[in-house]
Amino acid sequence: MDTPILSVQDLSKRFDPEAPPVVHDVSFDVKDGEIFAILGPSGCGKTTTLRCIAGFERATTGTVSLRGEPLSAPGVHVSPEGRTIGIVFQNYALFPHLTVLDNVAFGVEEGPAAAQEERAREALEMVGLGGFEDRQPQHLSGGQQQRVALARTLAPEPDLILLDEPFSNLDALLRQETRQEVRELLKSKGMSAVFVTHNQEEALSFADRLAVMRSGQIDQIGTPEEVYYRPRTLFVAQFLGRTNLLLSQAAGTEADTPLGRVGLNRQAQGTVLVSMRPEHLALETPETSNGTRATVVGRSFKGHDITYRVCCHGNEYLVHTDNRHLYEPGDTVAVRPLEPAVVLESQSSPAKVPRGATPEPTPEG
Amino acid sequence: MNTSRALDAIRSRWYVALPVAVVVGGVLIPLVYLLLRAAQADPQTLWDLVVRGRTVRLLGNTVGLTVGVLVGTSLLAVPMAWLTTRTALPGRKVLTLLGVLPLAVPGYVMAYALLATTGPYGTLAQTLGLVVPRLSGYTGAVLALSLSTFPYLFLNLRTAFLGLDPALEESAQALGHNRWQVFVRIVLPQLRPALLAGGLLIALHVLGDFGVVSLMRYDTFSYALYIQYAASYDRIYAAGLALLLLMLTAAILVLEARLLKGRLFHRTSGGPARSATRPGRGAGRGVGYAFALGVAGASGVLRAGTVGYWMADSAATGLPWAGLGTALWDSVRASAPAAVLAALLSLPVAYLGVRHASSWTRGVERIAYLGYATPPLAFALALIVFSLGAVPFLYQTLALLVLAYALHFMAEAVGPVRSALYQAPPHLEEAARSLGRSPLGAFMSVTFPLVRRGLLVSMAFVFLSAMKELPLTFLLAPVGFETLALNTWSYAEEALFGQAAPYALTIMFVSALFVGVLLLREQTARPSPSETT
Repeated sequence: MDTPILSVQDLSKRFDPEAPPVVHDVSFDVKDGEIFAILGPSGCGKTTTLRCIAGFERATTGTVSLRGEPLSAPGVHVSPEGRTIGIVFQNYALFPHLTVLDNVAFGVEEGPAAAQEERAREALEMVGLGGFEDRQPQHLSGGQQQRVALARTLAPEPDLILLDEPFSNLDALLRQETRQEVRELLKSKGMSAVFVTHNQEEALSFADRLAVMRSGQIDQIGTPEEVYYRPRTLFVAQFLGRTNLLLSQAAGTEADTPLGRVGLNRQAQGTVLVSMRPEHLALETPETSNGTRATVVGRSFKGHDITYRVCCHGNEYLVHTDNRHLYEPGDTVAVRPLEPAVVLESQSSPAKVPRGATPEPTPEG
Repeated sequence: MNTSRALDAIRSRWYVALPVAVVVGGVLIPLVYLLLRAAQADPQTLWDLVVRGRTVRLLGNTVGLTVGVLVGTSLLAVPMAWLTTRTALPGRKVLTLLGVLPLAVPGYVMAYALLATTGPYGTLAQTLGLVVPRLSGYTGAVLALSLSTFPYLFLNLRTAFLGLDPALEESAQALGHNRWQVFVRIVLPQLRPALLAGGLLIALHVLGDFGVVSLMRYDTFSYALYIQYAASYDRIYAAGLALLLLMLTAAILVLEARLLKGRLFHRTSGGPARSATRPGRGAGRGVGYAFALGVAGASGVLRAGTVGYWMADSAATGLPWAGLGTALWDSVRASAPAAVLAALLSLPVAYLGVRHASSWTRGVERIAYLGYATPPLAFALALIVFSLGAVPFLYQTLALLVLAYALHFMAEAVGPVRSALYQAPPHLEEAARSLGRSPLGAFMSVTFPLVRRGLLVSMAFVFLSAMKELPLTFLLAPVGFETLALNTWSYAEEALFGQAAPYALTIMFVSALFVGVLLLREQTARPSPSETT
C-alpha cells in the first residue's frame, strides 16, 4: 500500500492540565482519494481533532503528517498557512466584504492576476456557480454559500480538504442532494477529504471509511458496512442506529439469548451482551415456526416496510420486516434471527447495561 | 480558553502586547504613583489632612451633591421613561430624542446657561424684566447636573420598561392590586437594576465633574482640587484630595456591584412581549405633555435660547473670529490625534476581550474602563505628579494631553470596535489562514476591513468628546493652549456671558454632530444577514 495522504498517530489535545484530554490517543490514516468521516456526539472531540489537523490547535502529544511529512510532532508545528490543507467551516466563513469571485480567488496566490482570476472562475464553474461571480455572499442561499465555500477551498488545489459539519446548516431536502453532489465532485477530482459529523446517516452515506469517536477516543474504524453491521462496542451499536440488545450466555460460536439460540459473529464465553439490528430479525406465524414466542405491542407502517415492537419476557424488541404479512397488536408471533448476533465489548458489566430495543440515536449521545 | 493560552497569544504578537501595555500602564502607573507619593508623606500629616474640618465638609458636600443629583435625575427620568414607553402619547419619538440630547452637551454649558438666565443681569431680567435670584451653590449645581445627566438614567430605564413583561402587571392586577400597588410591588423592583446602572453612571459623573461645581462655586472635592491647583499649589494636600476622591469613586463602584449582585431579572416565559401602552386621556395627557415639555424646555430650549441671546449680544459688539479660530484649532489638534490613538489602542483591547475571553483579558478591559471612571481631575493630577517625577520632558506637552484624552475616552472607543469584531467571527480569520495568510496578514485582509467602520465610529466618538473636554484640558494643556471648552468656561467663570457665547455655541454644534454619529450608529449596528446563518 502507498503512504497514506494523512496519518494521525496517538494525537492528544489537552486544553486544561487539570481536566481530561479533549482528544486522547487518536490514530487513523486517510488513503489518497479517500473520504474519511469522524462521527461522534457533540463534545466528543471530533472538531478539535480536525482543528489539530488544520493547525489551528497545537497537538499536546502525537503526530500529524501529510504525505509522510510531519506537520505536528514533538517540536514541530507547521502553521495553518504552511499546510496545504483546505477547510470548509460549518458556517462557511465566507468573507462578507468580498464578492463571490474575490472569496474564491482569496487563496490562489500563484501566477499573474489574470491567471488567478481564471482559476477562481474555473472553481466556481466546477461547483455550478458560474455567473455568480459579482454577488455578495450574504445574498446567496445556504446551499449556494456552501458551494462557494467549497470552491474557495478547492481553488488553491490543496492536498487534503477538511469539512466541519458541512451539511448541518442545510435543510433536510437540500442536504441529501448536496451531499451526493459534493461526494461526486470530490471523487471526480480524486480529492482526499476528512469530515466530521454527528449525523450517522450522513457519515454512512458520504464516507468511504469512518471512525466513531466518543469522549476523545476512537471506538472503531471501518467501512460504513463494517461499522454498522459489526459494531465493536455498545456505544457504536447504539450510535449508528436503533438495535436490539440481548444479554446472552455464550458458548463458542453460539449463545442462548432471550430470543432463542443464535449464532455469534465471533467466539465468546460466559455472559455477554449481543446486538441484533431490527432488520436481522423476522416475524413468523407461531403455528409454522419454532422461533421464540412474542406478543406484538405496536406497529409503524412506513410504506416500503414495517417496524414492529414485540414483547418477549418483559422486554421490547424491534423487528424491521417487509410488508407481506400483517400482524395486529395483541397477536402472538414467533421471532426468528436471520443473521448471527454481534458480541459487544462493554466497559461496564453486561448485567448493568440496558437491554431490549434502543432509542433513536441523538447527537448528544 | 484559559489564561495561559491568552498569554501565549500575546507573547507571539507584539502588535497586540504593545498597545495593551500602554493602556494598562497609562491608566495604572499614574494612579499607583500618586498612591506611593502620598504614602511617602508623614502619616501624621496625612491623618491631619483627612480629619481636618474642611475635608469633612468637602466629603459632606460631595456626597450631598451626589445624592441630590440622583434624586433630581430620578424625578426627571422615571416619568420621562414611563411616558415614552408605557403611554400612547403622540410625539413619543421626539420626546425620546429630547430626553437623550442633553447627554451630548457638557454640564458646564448647562451651568453657563442657568447662570446667564438668572440673576439681575440674566436673560430673564433683560428681556422680561423678571429678576430671579442668580442660581448658584448647591441648588444651581444640582439643577445643572440633573438636567445634563438624567439621560443616563432615562436610557437605562427605557430599556427596562420595554423589557418588562406586561403579563406580570396584569397578573398582579388580576390578583386584586390597584395600579399604584402594581407599580410599587411589581414594576419598581424590576426597574432596580436599571436604576442602579444609570445611577452609577450619574454618580461617577458627579464625582468627576469640575465644570459645573466650579461655575456654581460649590465646594466639593473636585472644586477644592481646582482651587488647590489654581491658587496655592499644595502638592501633598492636592494629592490627598485626589486620593480621597478616588476612594469615594471606588466605594461607589463596590457598592453598586454589591447591590446589583443577583439582581438581574429575566423574563421567564418565552414568546413575543406585548407592549403595554395606555391611551393618553384628558387630564392625564395634559399633565404628561406639560411635564415632558418642561423637562425638554429646561434642558434644551433654555440652553439654546440663552446661548442664542448672548450670541446676538456678542455679535453686536463684533464676534471674536480670531480667538474662535485659535480655540477651534487648539481643540482639533489635541482631539484628532487623541481619537486616532484611542481607536488604535482600543482595537487590541477589544480583540483580546472578544477572541480570548478570560478573566485576564476582562481585567484589561476593566482597566480601560477605569480610565473613564476615574475622576478626570484626579487622573490629571496623577499624570502631572507622575510626569514631573518620572518623565519631566512630557510635562505640559501636547503629547501628554493627547495621551490623557485617549486613555480617558478609550471606553467610548472600545464599544463600537467590540461590536464590529462580533461581526467578524474567528472562523473568517482561520479560513484566511488555511488559504495561506500569516496571522497578521489574515487579520489585515479579513478582520480589519470588517471593523473599519467600527473604528471610524470610535474615532468620531472620542474626537467629539475630547473637543468638549474641560478638566483634563484645564490641568494638562500646555501654556497658552486655549481650547473651546477652556474659553467657554473661563469667560462664564468671570460672568462674561456674551464673550462665552460663541465658544459655547461652537461646542453645542460639536455636540449635535456627536448625536448625529450616535444615531447613525444605531441604524447601522444591525448584523448583516450572512452572520445570522
